[in-house]
Amino acid sequence: MRLIVPLRGVIQGRGGLFVGSLIPCCLFYFLQLYLKGRRPPPSDPTELPRTSSRSNLFSRGNSIGRVRVSSRAVPVAKPPDSPYYIGLERVKTDPYDRITNTDGIIQLGLAESTLCFDLLQRWMSENLMESIMQSGDGEFDISSIAMYKPFEGLLELRVAFADFMSRIMGGKVSFDPSKMVITAGGTPAIEVLAFCLADHGNAFLIPTPYYPGFERDIKFRTGVELIPVHCRSSDNFTVTVSALEQAFNQARKRGSKVSGILFSNPSNPVGNILSRETLHDILKFAQEKNIHVIYDEIFAGSVYGEKEFVSMAEIADSGDVDKSRVHIIYALSKDLSIPGFRAGVIYSFHEDVVSAAKKLMRFSSVSVPVQRILISLLSDVRFIEEYMTAHRQRIRDKHVRFVEGLKQLGIPCAESGGGLYCWVDMSSLLTSYSEKGELELFEKLLTVAKINATPGTACFCIEPGWFRCCFTALADEDIPVIMDRIRQLAESIRS
Amino acid sequence: MTRTGAGAVHPIQRTTVMRVIVPLQGVVQGRGGLVLGSVIPCAFFYFLQFYLKRNRRDEPEPEPEPVIQNSASSTNNNSGSSSPTQSELNGLSRSLSRVILSPRSSGAHVSVSGRANCILKGGDSPGLRRVEEDSYDESGNPDGIIELGLAQNKLSLDVIRDWVSQTSVGLSLSGIASYEPPDGLMELKMGVTRLMSEATKNAVTFDPSQLVLTSGAASAIEILSFCLADSGNAFLVPTPCSPGFDVDVKWRNGVEIIHVPCRSSDNFTISVTALDRSFSQAKKRGVRIRGVIISNPSNPMGSLLTRENLYALLDFTREKNIHIISNEIFAGSVHGDDEEAEFVSIAEIADTEEHLDKERVHIVYDISKDLSFPGLRAGAIYSFNENILAASRKLTVFSPVSSPSQHLLISAISKPEFIQTYVKTNRQRLQRIYSEFVKGLKGLGIECTRSNGGLFCWADMRGFISSYSEKGEIELWNKFLNIGKINVTPGSCCHCIEPGWFRFCISNLSEKDVFVVINRIRKVCIRKTQD
Repeated sequence: MRLIVPLRGVIQGRGGLFVGSLIPCCLFYFLQLYLKGRRPPPSDPTELPRTSSRSNLFSRGNSIGRVRVSSRAVPVAKPPDSPYYIGLERVKTDPYDRITNTDGIIQLGLAESTLCFDLLQRWMSENLMESIMQSGDGEFDISSIAMYKPFEGLLELRVAFADFMSRIMGGKVSFDPSKMVITAGGTPAIEVLAFCLADHGNAFLIPTPYYPGFERDIKFRTGVELIPVHCRSSDNFTVTVSALEQAFNQARKRGSKVSGILFSNPSNPVGNILSRETLHDILKFAQEKNIHVIYDEIFAGSVYGEKEFVSMAEIADSGDVDKSRVHIIYALSKDLSIPGFRAGVIYSFHEDVVSAAKKLMRFSSVSVPVQRILISLLSDVRFIEEYMTAHRQRIRDKHVRFVEGLKQLGIPCAESGGGLYCWVDMSSLLTSYSEKGELELFEKLLTVAKINATPGTACFCIEPGWFRCCFTALADEDIPVIMDRIRQLAESIRS
Repeated sequence: MTRTGAGAVHPIQRTTVMRVIVPLQGVVQGRGGLVLGSVIPCAFFYFLQFYLKRNRRDEPEPEPEPVIQNSASSTNNNSGSSSPTQSELNGLSRSLSRVILSPRSSGAHVSVSGRANCILKGGDSPGLRRVEEDSYDESGNPDGIIELGLAQNKLSLDVIRDWVSQTSVGLSLSGIASYEPPDGLMELKMGVTRLMSEATKNAVTFDPSQLVLTSGAASAIEILSFCLADSGNAFLVPTPCSPGFDVDVKWRNGVEIIHVPCRSSDNFTISVTALDRSFSQAKKRGVRIRGVIISNPSNPMGSLLTRENLYALLDFTREKNIHIISNEIFAGSVHGDDEEAEFVSIAEIADTEEHLDKERVHIVYDISKDLSFPGLRAGAIYSFNENILAASRKLTVFSPVSSPSQHLLISAISKPEFIQTYVKTNRQRLQRIYSEFVKGLKGLGIECTRSNGGLFCWADMRGFISSYSEKGEIELWNKFLNIGKINVTPGSCCHCIEPGWFRFCISNLSEKDVFVVINRIRKVCIRKTQD
């Protein structure tokens, strides 16, 4: 039963050591050599066919000789696919205006506040230029603002920032300016922290629903993964340690290294506030697993509910824990409603993180004239007190009006105590209880009702039908308009 | 079937005569027939490949020389590192060992990322810190250290001061607080392109829609290198070069820099042959070159690239199909007044090219530096490549220019009379301080290379170093700092291949200071000759 095979002698091993092992290896080597030879050299213009399919799609024309961008820039350059950004873009094309464009799209997707612009305007008109030109002893010294200054922020500003933060958090906690690095807004603060705490391919645990921008802030350049820890409406979207534990173990099984946990408190998009006990538990969990905790406390001054806001800094200071794993992000864009100033801060108990972040501020420091303005703004205690009282009061009023309006339409909201938004349960308007149904509703809201609200999918919420609505950029007379539009939509869906 | 066949047909005695002890002898000698003789080696090879591949996750595309790459990454993984994704950053492969070296208490103390550790180690400039502690002041601290290392321009601050104090009306209320596009207001972009055209004596018109504003030139370079190169790729950089490139290109992007040395014998001009040689060498090592970074006017020499230079560079990049980043942050600081001193932007050259070739050209510009206002932190990327622009626009959220700064700049740029006065005054003063300083150095027997732009003087101090090496250079630098009390930039910081060159940033000085500095240099250099 002889079988005719090519190179039979070799296969049947009659050649012993030499033929039996060297020849297959040689053949393999030649195959490799051949394949390599057929591959065009990298410098050749004809290298383009070798590029990944993504960039082939991307260069549309597929013309030879076209120079390539890096493969990591390709996903960045692509138009965003998250409904959060799609909604924001759509509003830009046709924004609502009470007088000139009454049929435009109303923006409920962007967390900005115009509630206290009158106060800010007053302060700016009185103090803006003076504060830029102010320098201790009267005489205006241009080099104090024009020349290079330490990138992590002037000491005066850090002192003022520390003072301000402790003030809005009710004076229960004090911040140390030497642990502080001033950044050009909350976005770079998060990116820099992610870069410093995790290596490429490591992961952060993050309770869902979470702020849609984190995807961009953390994944674009740092390559850190986000592992969702799903929270449910039955717990009012509060995270539990057992859920964290489970996510941590699963991640470990999959082989990804968890470097930390990322939280927003008050949470974005739900607006609930974590209790002291929960904060303790989370810190204990982090200690047990030896990972970092990043706290995004960007809405700390926008708390309007009954529940007390507790900063992680207070917990960390309170006792027997290893503080060095605690990192806090704060920014002025929400609480002081000056996003245009792009001023944020990293507050870290870890020395190395502070010094690495200081160095990285070369790429995102706050310009010195703006620092000057902020110093006088933040140290104007009388103004700050007046502003913060008004800010809280006005959010509370707006919140009541907005939630009440929705309630009359039979649409409930999650319980919330902070933030510039509410978390609305529109599941009664869904045609199908699924992500698809939710996106359909999102589209209907945009095109029919002309309202841009951020769907839960964009926030990675596990339950469909939730929407984040930011109400702090609305005037009182806008609220009936919105309710009217939602009612009409609801009627058309339910009928 | 084959097994029995092999056993029966093949007489065993022949092999037993010349028996060698080999591991897996049966397999090697092929006693197993078809299965053992060929499938097993292949399977081994397959598993090896599989193993190697698994240890190289997220590789965006196959490397040109997989065998070499594989062995490199496997050794790295065997070194017991905790980071599974070595290949993400070539910078990281360096950092791995550093992480292990770095002092950190194990156990409860939580550690920072490997790449942050890498940053903690670098980027310090001891000179700057010393200056901060003990800085020169004519009346207050006449023995303090004079700053000549920081590239800032203090010559025309009076003009800037007048502008800022008159701005009070322009910069008032709304528009500065709310969200604006992070890549800059159109109004400012238009002003900036006008300023850029002015620097080229209006030989080029720049299109504001191709401009992206960033917080300073450092972040512009960082964003560009992120978009042009993947981690582990490299840029060619002719040296001496700006000391900042190392940080901007490598730190967060993991992109490598391959220095292409230029020599004093050629007056430090960039040679395409040298670029070509480095390119092929890198290719052989399996490193992928994605572009060339040049500075024009050059930093530290202050020389200008001619049209021919630029054409040659562009031809080179076209031939290799790579990008070119032209760092033109000193375009507004051209101070020479003869014919040589014509600044030619690479945009002008690119404009004569076909559309496809333009796409490889990217320009970095620094508005705040040009206006002697680095504290404002406003830089820009100008690119002909739509994809790069789209990606950069999104990345500016990490390095934005704040709205108040933008409005402050608009108020300056929109006043043509201010810009004209400023440009004229600044150029005159740069010219004067430069010629004074060069004259002073000449008096000490120190030659400088010819400079027509920038804020620097690139001085040849090879005669004053104790040993012709980097060590000798650093020794002299230390003497300058400690005895002469001046902080300068040694050539080694600029990756100059020849020791003994120093960069003096003269725009930090007033005319009176020039005299003081020259005296201090004399003190150091004469001690040296007496030694």
